[in-house]
Amino acid sequence: MESLPTLWFVIIAFFFTGYLFLEGFDLGVGMLMRLFARNDTERRVLLNTVGPVWDGNEVWLITAGAMVFAAFPHWYASLFAGLYLPLVLVLLALIFRAVGFEYRGKVHSDRWRAGWDWAIALGSLVSAFGIGAMLALTTTGLPLNANGDRVGGPFAWLNGYAVLGGLAVVAFCLVHALAFLMLKTDGEVRHRARRALRRWLPIGLAPLALWAILVVMSHGKTGSWLLLAVAVAGAVAAWLLAGRGKEGPAFLGLGVFLVAGAGAIFSSVYPTVLPSTIDPAFNLTVANASSSDYTLGVMSVVALFGIPAVLAYQLYTYWVFRKRVSSVHIPAAHAVLPQ
Amino acid sequence: MEALEIARWQFGITTVYHFLMVPLTIGLGLVVASLQTMWFVTGREQYLRMTKFWGKLFLINFIMGVATGLVQEFQFGMAWSEYSRFVGDVFGAPLAMESLLAFFTESIFLGLWIFGWKRLPKPVHLLSIWAATLASLASAYFILAANSWMQHPVGVELVDGRAVMTDVWAVLTNNTLLVAFPHTLFGAFSVAGGFLLGIAWYHLYKRRRDGIDTVDAAGKVVVGSNPAIGRDRTDHKVWLQSLRIGAVVALISFAGVSLTGDLQAKLMFQQQPMKMAAAEAACHDGTGFSVLSIGDIGSRNCDDVKAVVELPGLLSFLANGDFHTDVKGVNTLIPEYQQKYGSVLPDDPAYGERAGQPVQYVPVMAVTYWGFRIMITFGMLAAAAAAVALWLVRKGTVPESKWLMRLAVFGILAPFGANSAGWIFTEMGRQPFVVAPNPDFSGIDNVFMFTAAAVSPGVSLGELVFSVSAFTLVYLTLLVVEVRLLAVYCRGGVPSAMPELLHRDREDSEDRDSDGGTGGKDDGDVLAFAY
Repeated sequence: MESLPTLWFVIIAFFFTGYLFLEGFDLGVGMLMRLFARNDTERRVLLNTVGPVWDGNEVWLITAGAMVFAAFPHWYASLFAGLYLPLVLVLLALIFRAVGFEYRGKVHSDRWRAGWDWAIALGSLVSAFGIGAMLALTTTGLPLNANGDRVGGPFAWLNGYAVLGGLAVVAFCLVHALAFLMLKTDGEVRHRARRALRRWLPIGLAPLALWAILVVMSHGKTGSWLLLAVAVAGAVAAWLLAGRGKEGPAFLGLGVFLVAGAGAIFSSVYPTVLPSTIDPAFNLTVANASSSDYTLGVMSVVALFGIPAVLAYQLYTYWVFRKRVSSVHIPAAHAVLPQ
Repeated sequence: MEALEIARWQFGITTVYHFLMVPLTIGLGLVVASLQTMWFVTGREQYLRMTKFWGKLFLINFIMGVATGLVQEFQFGMAWSEYSRFVGDVFGAPLAMESLLAFFTESIFLGLWIFGWKRLPKPVHLLSIWAATLASLASAYFILAANSWMQHPVGVELVDGRAVMTDVWAVLTNNTLLVAFPHTLFGAFSVAGGFLLGIAWYHLYKRRRDGIDTVDAAGKVVVGSNPAIGRDRTDHKVWLQSLRIGAVVALISFAGVSLTGDLQAKLMFQQQPMKMAAAEAACHDGTGFSVLSIGDIGSRNCDDVKAVVELPGLLSFLANGDFHTDVKGVNTLIPEYQQKYGSVLPDDPAYGERAGQPVQYVPVMAVTYWGFRIMITFGMLAAAAAAVALWLVRKGTVPESKWLMRLAVFGILAPFGANSAGWIFTEMGRQPFVVAPNPDFSGIDNVFMFTAAAVSPGVSLGELVFSVSAFTLVYLTLLVVEVRLLAVYCRGGVPSAMPELLHRDREDSEDRDSDGGTGGKDDGDVLAFAY
């Protein structure tokens, strides 16, 4: 039993899941900037629901990446080098999105704002798709040789699972964002978000559920099946609750779906962190991909203090900015004085 | 060009670019937090205005640092997978600590600060900018711990050909780190100092040009005001104090970078003697510091280089603290390195076609020689300019000279140049190693790694060409966008960062009307700040 590597597998799974839960809605809100909002005021309502929190949400991804590096260097090296091209696109997309959030309102011009709206929407779409593809492939495998290097060229990763994972995360983010908007806005946006959520929730969660089912089926662990059942129950509950106007519980239902679904996937693949599709002997596992027990021990101490602190002040932020945002709160846009 | 060269160019381009934003973020963050503290303590209007104005510029710059920092976290694995496998056990830990302990704090508290102006109690709001600022310092510490380990590996042993951490405390108190950290911080403060000085000078000059401020017969300022929003007497205080703070920060930083730089150089002469010999383009052992060398410095053959102006004894002082001990030159060092670390690249699959080729132990001397000198020259120029500026504004305003104003504004670039040159020198000077050997342990079984072995074996040339082109193009575009946006907000002055000033006069009458609106009183403060 590899106790420390297993602990770190769980911590990393927790961070990827936390990332999808938190940034999930701000990625979705980013996409909805073009898909859902009807005018500039509505776009600013959307933007301001995530304004104070999106950057903190994104750190979950950075931390998950850094933790994979620290705890499983071979997983980090093989996965990131193997997915070179899609990750370049993810990084560029995240850059445009981040800059868009901050710069959109800083120049009083329709063209400027429209440009950044597209940067935010497409940036969110591409990064959600790419991260979904990456997470799906780390559960279904890449063509890795004995050294853990990808063989077969720059597009060797591109297969049905990559597309399914990409779609799964994009669709989940959209549904999650609708639930978030229903919870965080008021007036017209809130009502439209609720109606859209009712309509799109079953379709939006289907690809993620399909990915989970495929992974759980191929490993066939009882515990994973149970988690999958919980996930489906969460999805159904979210759908019913949204229909009755129970906004908070519906949002929580989606959370249950995501956490249990991710749990089903990660528990299925354990102890493999990145399978090789060439030869199972080349699989990266918690045992052969991890750092030394000394390093994992040091990092465990850091995590013991760091994680509760992060959760505490992130919760505090959500509490401070708990009020609903609606069109009436949006101040008039103003020009920077040219003097 | 091969994959290795492209990967190095990409790392260089993305990192130098990222490090344009980082020092300004660190330095300006501390300035803004201090200004807000002054406002909190004194309650004076000018400190509020300074906090808001410099805070706005801080944020415009901050986000670019965040966005480009993502690339840094990912590209070790993407382009340098062999490196990641070799060092992951020790190098990943400080990165993970940086994320968990610093990045979260920085981003979350900055979110609270931006949106919390009216929602948070004043002391909590002040604490949030301090939390974000201190977190940025912590982040610098962790990332420099990782970098210093590459310069001087400690706290590890070699297990199955990989560096495995045995002592995290040694990694976090590496002597290389203990001098690099203050050196980098002072470098960052010098950037902020020059930034404040240049922009404040521009505004004081504009007030004089527009006839708002004049000078009396003794040359002392007569502060005036103008009906335009934000061009009152407080506005003069904003710029004069900003200018003085900037100049003082620049001077203190220069003293700081000089002292810590001296310590760092002495350490480097022991830890990486070849880097320092190459910084001198010095072939032979000697004691003189070259002020100007001519010849083909780029050739790496040091017999092509002739020192024409030399300060005798200074090099010995930089290295040893006296004026007579010989410092080893390149020609002495090459055989020493060859004996210790081999004269050809090992016959290992990691080197591909390079296996068996001779190792080029001398870094590109044109880069190390000039990098070192540009760093020092720009640093000294910025400090001298700050001293002159402080003297010129002793009577309360700047001279009405367009050229001086332009000089002050372009002077903003000097500390940026010094920072970039210093880093390019230190990273290029480490070559051909990606992890430089620690000379305290001897021989080939030591923990070190040639850059030639570090690149991702599975990533093709085409992928790297695509990514380096894409990153360069996007970064250039964003640089133009950021600089133009900064310029707009700089020109706009305080009102561009405080739209509330525009409404302040009308506020009293309008407030009563708007209370009847849909939001109601309670909801009015949902967004004290809005995108």
